Amino acid sequence: MSVRTVVRAKAPGAPTRWLMRNHIWVFLALTFAVFSLSSPYFLTMNNLGNVLTQAAFIGILAIGMTLVMINGEIDLSVGAVLALASALAIGLQDHIGVWPAVMVGFLSGAALGFLNGTLVALSGMHSFIVTLGGLIGIRGLVFIYTGEDALMVTDFSYTEYPEIYLGPVSLTAMIFFALALLFQWVLTSTRHGRETYAVGDNLQAAHDAGINIKRHKIINFTLCGALAAIAGILLSMRLGTAEPNAGKVWELWTIIAVVLGGTRLQGGYGSLWMTIGGVLTLAVLRNGLRLLNTPNYVELMVMGAVLILALAIDKLLSRHEVGR
Amino acid sequence: MSTDPILTVSGITKTFPGVTALDNVSFDIRRGEVHALVGENGAGKSTLMKVLAGLHQPDGGQILHRGQPVSVQSPLEARQMGILLIHQELSLSPELSVAENIYLGAWPTNALGVLNKRKLRRDARAALEALGCGFGPDRRVGTLSVAMQQMVEIARSQAFSADVVIFDEPTASLTDTEKDQLFATIRELRGQGVGIVYISHKMDEIFELTDRITVLRDGTVQGTVTTADTDSTAITRMMIGRTLEAYFHKAEIAFGAETLRVEGLGLDGQFDDVSFAVRQGEVLGLYGLVGAGRSEMVETIFGVRRADRGRLIWQGREIPLPTPRQAIDLGMALVPESRKEQGLVLMMGGLDNTTLPHLSSYATATVMDRGREMQVFDRYRKALAIKTTGPDQPVSTLSGGNQQKFVLAKWLCADPRLIILDEPTRGIDVGSKSAIHELIAELAGRGLAVIVISSEMPEVLGVSHRILAMAEGRLVGEFEGDAMTEENLIDAVSHHLANPAAQ
Repeated sequence: MSVRTVVRAKAPGAPTRWLMRNHIWVFLALTFAVFSLSSPYFLTMNNLGNVLTQAAFIGILAIGMTLVMINGEIDLSVGAVLALASALAIGLQDHIGVWPAVMVGFLSGAALGFLNGTLVALSGMHSFIVTLGGLIGIRGLVFIYTGEDALMVTDFSYTEYPEIYLGPVSLTAMIFFALALLFQWVLTSTRHGRETYAVGDNLQAAHDAGINIKRHKIINFTLCGALAAIAGILLSMRLGTAEPNAGKVWELWTIIAVVLGGTRLQGGYGSLWMTIGGVLTLAVLRNGLRLLNTPNYVELMVMGAVLILALAIDKLLSRHEVGR
Repeated sequence: MSTDPILTVSGITKTFPGVTALDNVSFDIRRGEVHALVGENGAGKSTLMKVLAGLHQPDGGQILHRGQPVSVQSPLEARQMGILLIHQELSLSPELSVAENIYLGAWPTNALGVLNKRKLRRDARAALEALGCGFGPDRRVGTLSVAMQQMVEIARSQAFSADVVIFDEPTASLTDTEKDQLFATIRELRGQGVGIVYISHKMDEIFELTDRITVLRDGTVQGTVTTADTDSTAITRMMIGRTLEAYFHKAEIAFGAETLRVEGLGLDGQFDDVSFAVRQGEVLGLYGLVGAGRSEMVETIFGVRRADRGRLIWQGREIPLPTPRQAIDLGMALVPESRKEQGLVLMMGGLDNTTLPHLSSYATATVMDRGREMQVFDRYRKALAIKTTGPDQPVSTLSGGNQQKFVLAKWLCADPRLIILDEPTRGIDVGSKSAIHELIAELAGRGLAVIVISSEMPEVLGVSHRILAMAEGRLVGEFEGDAMTEENLIDAVSHHLANPAAQ
């Protein structure tokens, strides 16, 4: 029967409801507790500050990915865009100055995002294919530009910006949180944000209501590309170099973080609170496993298992909500 | 009720490749009336509705809205004009709030695109209160019941000041109480002077609610009548009454032993108290209007649905209610109505479709024996006169009739004892129809028990040895020999509909 059954149980209170939708935070608290008990180095200001900084790069990519995924699409090119922006931001410094180079890096990301979005919206091709092409093509562009070698900064003051700290929290981490809050506001309070949900949730209904579906998709891909560029620029500042292989398979870690948070691959559902939870969980897991001297391949196995476990819990919990 | 038409449709024609869906259709909707649109499946109701809502463009004819000729290019335009379609499959975004859904696509914002949530909520609350909805604008739509979600769609009529609201089978998934609430809401809209189009298969609802009835059949209007001046028998006759166009060949044989006996079969909310038997060599017709519960009933016998009560006696022995796999192993075959969704793998060729359910019979140690598959394919291609270029032509490129023949071939391969055909000739050409009718006779002649579900009166009269009439989930008549007439069937079905209490 096609009838949706509604659980007519007593409506849970607002905090319970929030936790049911954002259960990743419970999961995060659990992993946090486990590593606090099993490693003496985990629960130190210094280490936690590091976790936040490490989380920020995937985190900024994940903000854009969340927007695109709520819209019902996916962007596989974010890792390559990150590498290109970081290469341009460093490589052009000697020619046009530091900040113009950073600006060019940023605009390259926004432009490639716009291109992705336009191709998806206008051609009707699936974004998986379009951005898979982007992933390969843009990486090729990076290699052409850098010539297979890492580019180095000559002006080392460039690498000092990320060293601004507020307590244990680096500037990079602060930028991540600020962007996440900004886009959470965009998602909940602007027409573009809400229509992004409408398009991903029920495309036909959105279309029938006269919502400009193409425009929203192009905007979200552009934002995703621009955010990837910001992550690339911050990475180039932190490392002082731009490697052609930077950000390789990061698109996968980004998708994992977003999905771990609970945002639905099919679109229409998700939030940046969830994504922050997913990003932090992923970072805590990696950091904790390394502190325990887990070999790299075991780490991958654990992460894979955790991802599937988290999604299984998600399925179980969502049965308590309306059957969908 | 005034007689002032708010929407006038005149001479609307719409053709799809190979089909004339609407042929010179004219009718009008007045302010403050509920106007029923009835007809069998395929009569053109949904096409007409889609033309009004801007989802289809008519090939000819004119629509006048408030006296002005209009051309509705999209659902958005229709909504802006004040024509609102309440979909059978609700068109809402479950993740958004009630208020956001009511105003979907028309949210109030400032110049920067920031939502004015207060205005949105206030306006939505006003729309909900005008209809007496018992929930607020902030609820997430996904947490609402189907009936409440429907109210969200109806609330759009208030938000956009709609003067024509079209309901497509709105009670299909409602309980009785919810239905009463919906009717109260529809009467409220009528009181506001809204013209309402009400599409339904349910005769009791139509007589309870509507002021006038327009009957469609085969894409043409059979007439518009005032509800108070007619009864369900007359309407049923207008919907289905057609002359017998063809005579069918019936095998004259003595029936054998009982293949299947059904006792007291029931499924809550669908049908109940169904008892009958079918014998070897017998074609048992199952007649009724759409929604009578026929498909649900045979699906329950076959195990697609789980019965709540009842017994099955298969070839003289009581059997537990089967799963579909067990039903197939026993020797039952169910050829479903929607062949595209349930019957065929459209991208595969005819050969692969034919042998798909029985692959192990054509394999030696899991390697397929193409030669044996070809023999079977050739046998059925000849027996059923299937027009195909070869074993590998994708069935998606075949006509509906030839697709249906492959569905039959697939099930006949398994050599069943009982075959159930659900609307076996819907939507296929006349030539294929008679080939399938002949096949039904031939199968019975070979000693199979055959159950044929059909909404087409001539077909069911022509192919059956005995006919069961079904309405509202009950068997309401059994006819054999000379008693098998169009009159008797219509009477059985429509009397029941007119007096649903007299079960």
